[in-house]
Amino acid sequence: MMAVHETQGEEEFADEPTEGGVDEVEARVGLAYTLKQVKRDSTARMGFYIIAFITAIAAFVSIDYYLLDYAMAKAIPFLHHPERDPEVINTLLPPVGMENGLGSGTWEHPLGTDHRGRDILTRLIYGTRIAMTVGFMATAIGLVGGTLVGAVSGYYGGWVDDVLQRITDTIYAIPFLVLVIAFMSAFGRDISYAMVGVGIASIPVFNRLIRSRVVSIREEEYIEAAKAAGVKDRNIILRHVIPNSFAPVLVQATLQVGVSILIVAGLSFLGFGAQPPTPSWGQMLAASRNYMLPAPTFSIWPGIAILVTVVAFNLLGDGLQDALDPRINN
Amino acid sequence: MSEEPLLKVENLKTQFFTEDGTVRAVDGISFEVYEGELVGLVGESGAGKSVAALSVMRLIDSPGVIVDGEVTFKGKTLVGYEETTGEPGEPPELVEREEMLTEEEMRTQIRGREIAIIFQDPMESLNPVFTVGSQLREFIELNRDLSGTEARAEAVQMLREVGIPEPEKRYEQYPHQFSGGMRQRVLIAMALACEPSLIIADEPTTALDVTVEGQILDLVEELQRKYDTAFVWVTHDMGVVAEICDRVNVMYLGEVIEQANVEELFYDTKHPYTEALLASMPRPDRTTGELNPIRGVMPEAINPPSGCRFHSRCPDAREVCRRVHPDLRAIENGDHDGDENGRVHRAACVKHDAFDVGYPESEPLENEATGGFEVGLTQEGSR
Repeated sequence: MMAVHETQGEEEFADEPTEGGVDEVEARVGLAYTLKQVKRDSTARMGFYIIAFITAIAAFVSIDYYLLDYAMAKAIPFLHHPERDPEVINTLLPPVGMENGLGSGTWEHPLGTDHRGRDILTRLIYGTRIAMTVGFMATAIGLVGGTLVGAVSGYYGGWVDDVLQRITDTIYAIPFLVLVIAFMSAFGRDISYAMVGVGIASIPVFNRLIRSRVVSIREEEYIEAAKAAGVKDRNIILRHVIPNSFAPVLVQATLQVGVSILIVAGLSFLGFGAQPPTPSWGQMLAASRNYMLPAPTFSIWPGIAILVTVVAFNLLGDGLQDALDPRINN
Repeated sequence: MSEEPLLKVENLKTQFFTEDGTVRAVDGISFEVYEGELVGLVGESGAGKSVAALSVMRLIDSPGVIVDGEVTFKGKTLVGYEETTGEPGEPPELVEREEMLTEEEMRTQIRGREIAIIFQDPMESLNPVFTVGSQLREFIELNRDLSGTEARAEAVQMLREVGIPEPEKRYEQYPHQFSGGMRQRVLIAMALACEPSLIIADEPTTALDVTVEGQILDLVEELQRKYDTAFVWVTHDMGVVAEICDRVNVMYLGEVIEQANVEELFYDTKHPYTEALLASMPRPDRTTGELNPIRGVMPEAINPPSGCRFHSRCPDAREVCRRVHPDLRAIENGDHDGDENGRVHRAACVKHDAFDVGYPESEPLENEATGGFEVGLTQEGSR
């Protein structure tokens, strides 16, 4: 019997991956790899650039708003003060090269003016601040909350899981918009409550997604190995369970930013969220509704802004999904 | 050298309470591991080897429960109950003895520090999203009081120790950039990193091909000599047992049915199951090309057979085997009457004189092994 094994084992073979094999396998994990994959995908790349562009504008106008009190808006020629009514009031002007019953478009207001004579382009640009802040913050709240709840719930199972998931189901059963409106009615109509409200309402989305992954991840042998090595539960969840469950959550988060922007625009349209005169896309839409016939272009511009932003996030999300999916080999 | 055993397992019982019934995965096993000893735990799939190994570490998850028995390690009680009461089919009420370590103590004193475990599948035992080095370092930081850079140096040193070429470079790589054998080396490095007194190896070479397996076994033997670590080696491969083990426990259906030094086990086999297991090994020195499998399949642990659990497949089975459930007893046998530590050859089979239950007079039993059908498995077909 012993002879059997000796013939197979004793002979010294050169250890397989020594020669040159080390560099040839590419690391298929991590941020650098993911970005590389996303860059290969042309639609995802476009989404990424659009988001980068809008985010840059949002950062610029936020600085102007918070620190400079619209000084930059006054300094840059084609921008106007986004909130104050102008001295010479030309309401509902059409864009350049077009005419409506109230006048014809001028280069001073390339996209026309709104019902109070304010420049639409300026207000669109300054509207990115609300849209992006709300999109990212609401998603961040949902992401962090949902990930923690979902990971704990999936990892421990049993009654912990039952309690957390039934609460989640309860929240999920209430329509999204109704939930946020109820939340804002209780706490206040301010935009920051809209942000928190949308964040809380999106916790179930992330919670369920990550829980379903964690339930399978927790059975993996490296989790067992970590337990056998004496790692604390908390560190197992944070270091081993969540990072391995995170890929679909990241994709969902990207899509969720778009969804949040859309929801908050909807809220603003209904009169919740950003209050006049703060420029926001949803509120511009709401205002334009009354002037659809005399100035149809007024309502088109904020619509396009919302559409482009949401589509950009969707494109990036799809690209990320492909990049992070181990089954797609490119 | 007749010191106290390092690990002592007595009458350990682990059961899984499922909807179909109670699975008695480990049903009253006892064995000892002395310092620096390599002890084999051998048996077919489903014999309860892995559950036994995990029970020692108290890593059994629901619905599994360690329902009875005692595990002591270096004078500490890992498992020990004051009393156990309960209905059959229900998890019992367990009253832990005062000296039994709490979960927190298990985690901070035993797991990783004193007893390490190497799992079966090296492909699955490393976290795919972190570099090998960071995992090794995390483990070293966790169990030894070393700072970040010291831990890193130690991790690289451990990688070198287990024969990984270019350890500095390998440290920065992810598990998928390692081959199976290399990953198993990493896991061995991880297990050894904290210089535990005992390493439980749960079929660590099963997922590897034979040449790599040979290298890993050589490595383990070398490191075992160097660090003087005791091993519990869980395997189903008698070849591996022959190569590295000092003592062997053969398990069948949740019970240890033979316990002996490795030479005695191979050259003076006392239990028909062990014999059958040895006979079923593929032998390149035989020309017939026929394998000699153990007839039948292992019965379910939910409903184990009466009497000797092996009687339904045993070529030596007699009427009495169906009635009498043999315990593990020392077998008298002239020359090999225990070694210098008084560790004797034990077996649980009534055909030996130590059991006086009337085996010689009993009628032979009809079963798959004695009068059963022929299963023509060829060696090529099953490998």
